[in-house]
Amino acid sequence: MTIEQLNEIKAKRADIVKVRTIIAEEGEKLAAQTGYRKQVLVCGGTGCTSSGSMKILDALNNELEATGIKDEVLVVRTGCFGLCSLGPIVIVYPEGAFYAQATPEGIKRIVDEHLVKGEVCKDLLYKETVHEDGSIISLYETNFYKKQKRIALRNCGVIDPENIEEYIATEGYQALYKVLDSMTPDQVAQEILDSGLRGRGGAGFPTGRKWMFTKDAPGDVKYVACNADEGDPGAFMDRSILEGDPHAIIEAMTIAAYTVGACQGFVYVRAEYPVAVHRLQVAIDQAREYGLLGKNIFGKGFDFDIEIRLGAGAFVCGEETALLTSIEGNRGEPRPRPPFPAVKGLFGKPTLLNNVETYSNIAQIIRNGAAWYASMGTEKSKGTKVFALGGKITNVGLVEIPMGTTLREIVEEIGGGIPNGKKFKAAQTGGPSGGCIPAQYIDTPIDYESLSALGSMMGSGGLIVMDEDNCMVDVSKFYLDFTVDESCGKCTPCRIGTRKLHQLLTKITDGKGEPKDLETIKDLATHMKSSSLCALGQSAPNPVLSTLQYFGDEYKAHIENKTCPAGVCKNLLSYEIVKDKCVGCGMCARNCPASAINKTDYIAPGKKLPAYEIDTSKCIKCGVCITNCKLKAVIKK
Amino acid sequence: MSEKTAVPFQGTPEQEAQLKEVIAKHRNQPGGLMPTLQEAQGIYGYLPIEVQTIIADGLGKSLSEVYGVATFYSQFSLTPKGKHRISVCLGTACYVKGSDKILEAVEAKLGIKSGECTADGLFSIDSCRCVGACGLAPVMMVDEDVYGKLTAEQVGKILDSYKD
Repeated sequence: MTIEQLNEIKAKRADIVKVRTIIAEEGEKLAAQTGYRKQVLVCGGTGCTSSGSMKILDALNNELEATGIKDEVLVVRTGCFGLCSLGPIVIVYPEGAFYAQATPEGIKRIVDEHLVKGEVCKDLLYKETVHEDGSIISLYETNFYKKQKRIALRNCGVIDPENIEEYIATEGYQALYKVLDSMTPDQVAQEILDSGLRGRGGAGFPTGRKWMFTKDAPGDVKYVACNADEGDPGAFMDRSILEGDPHAIIEAMTIAAYTVGACQGFVYVRAEYPVAVHRLQVAIDQAREYGLLGKNIFGKGFDFDIEIRLGAGAFVCGEETALLTSIEGNRGEPRPRPPFPAVKGLFGKPTLLNNVETYSNIAQIIRNGAAWYASMGTEKSKGTKVFALGGKITNVGLVEIPMGTTLREIVEEIGGGIPNGKKFKAAQTGGPSGGCIPAQYIDTPIDYESLSALGSMMGSGGLIVMDEDNCMVDVSKFYLDFTVDESCGKCTPCRIGTRKLHQLLTKITDGKGEPKDLETIKDLATHMKSSSLCALGQSAPNPVLSTLQYFGDEYKAHIENKTCPAGVCKNLLSYEIVKDKCVGCGMCARNCPASAINKTDYIAPGKKLPAYEIDTSKCIKCGVCITNCKLKAVIKK
Repeated sequence: MSEKTAVPFQGTPEQEAQLKEVIAKHRNQPGGLMPTLQEAQGIYGYLPIEVQTIIADGLGKSLSEVYGVATFYSQFSLTPKGKHRISVCLGTACYVKGSDKILEAVEAKLGIKSGECTADGLFSIDSCRCVGACGLAPVMMVDEDVYGKLTAEQVGKILDSYKD
């Protein structure tokens, strides 16, 4: 591959991809020049695939075949658009018509009416993209997209991740050429340092500094590795980047390898992400085929290749030393630092390890310059951050915002607020290592420093929204249950500490808590933080400490009044049928998954059929009876 | 050993030949034990002690080392799974939307607990931490099929559809 060949591919494909980023008249003209009148983008991310987008893709191809317009329409299977709750998502360009929750029947109409006759099926569009007067607005003008700034996600939902030429069309591999052609390793590391980019895996260590350490570490053999072991349950940005723009990671790792002097790279990715693994493998194979991985890249005498290693379901392997130990084929247990991986990492050699999202920024920093990147964000947190917005929020999905955006903007504007008229209670960031931001701090600008100051952390980017129906004691117990499971067992403070904390929380949610338990929790947490071997144990008490700080009253209600104010903790609740309200329709009994509801002999005054009652010994307190009773005769106490 | 099973090992010579090929492929690869175990589980469906012994001998490692790795990672199973594998997501996004109730409904319906297999070998239940389909929370997987935006009352019908 030479730069001339790279530019030739770019020129050939650029307009086709560009149609997807501009709309209105300009888009129409450009589309006409590309030979494809229309382009149909179907989301092939895990979220949409789970909602059946592959069936949509088949239906689309069949319809196009049947109507004979197959050659005029380009069908592209992309990565994640971000609005996962609206899947399967289909977008038609040049109009930019955003069809949500597509069905095979809907696809037939889209082909017949929109693609053949040119009439957009307005009733099938995502409602936020249709004005009251019936005109269509661009997806990028909706509340969900307007405040976002897509850098790490720039190609997700735009290009076909399994076609390297689409990545090349969007300036792909230009940064790699620039680095190999005209920059020294020192210059590259300095550029990354100047950009202010910090590790997106959670800890926020300056990326450029890490690169310099590894570059300066003595050793003939070095490695670069990519942490794609996204273990925080509820975070899925790394998966989406690998699924939507895998070449960005390959290009960045190659640049990193040139900088630190490595010739082999490893991507450690969760086996639970089969689509991401597949796309990444396809991308690696294509990069090799095009001479962008392998020997003598761009004829500049630099060799580099990448191998994928699969994780096997261990959260602790997201910790850097544990991850490297796992790649070596061992139990993924962490080891004390120093020595840091930059000095002694994989197979005992200096190793550079960055997370997927961190890598996804690299090529753009090289192309656009450090100053461009540093112009975004806050004083100490530059650039953007991707969050996986989940829980009790209308627009569940993936969002990328400039650092410094407030939590209120994320929840109320981008996220579309809390569904069902409920009240915002707290947002949880940082997963099992993080904490909660309560409603009174909703105007906090999101960056590394302000989150730590609130007792939470940036983490990898899971942002779970909770409403008044979530019990904060139960949520901390959930996280401790997770860390008990995932503690590797190597060090005592974590192995025993997490278990003791979990027992104390269980005691409280069971209604057996005593006032002194809260002191014990705080004491235990302090010791775990100071004496655990790795970040897993050091941060495991955070969910408890942070909820205790902001929702201490809720803990007290469980302990002193033996009640759960949110109505979640089962041992503090019971379900009952108010017999005088029951008409005996039997809906509750038919739908009870535990067969815990039986008919009685009692017929309430004015009713025709005998009432039902709940056998509390069998009741699993799932609440199905409540949702099924139209008369509200089932109550929770 | 806590993970015991009453099901006797029934490996075929074909499976063993496949396993030997896998071992040969990874024998000289640094860190080759994990990929070997992953592919071995793909062949047998689980990693009984008999299979671990073949791997240990083949890679020139001690059985205790192989066993240590196989029991460290939650993805490796030392006991056989049901014909249909149910996996209920207990990741945070699913949990705050009530996936614990989905798991309870599955357990109540089948009369077994998470981590167990029904007596007829038809279903096994596991919980998992995030399949990444948080937009569809709460989520349950049966084999490769994903069921999203679930309620406890839908569980019965879904499971019945796998009984034929």
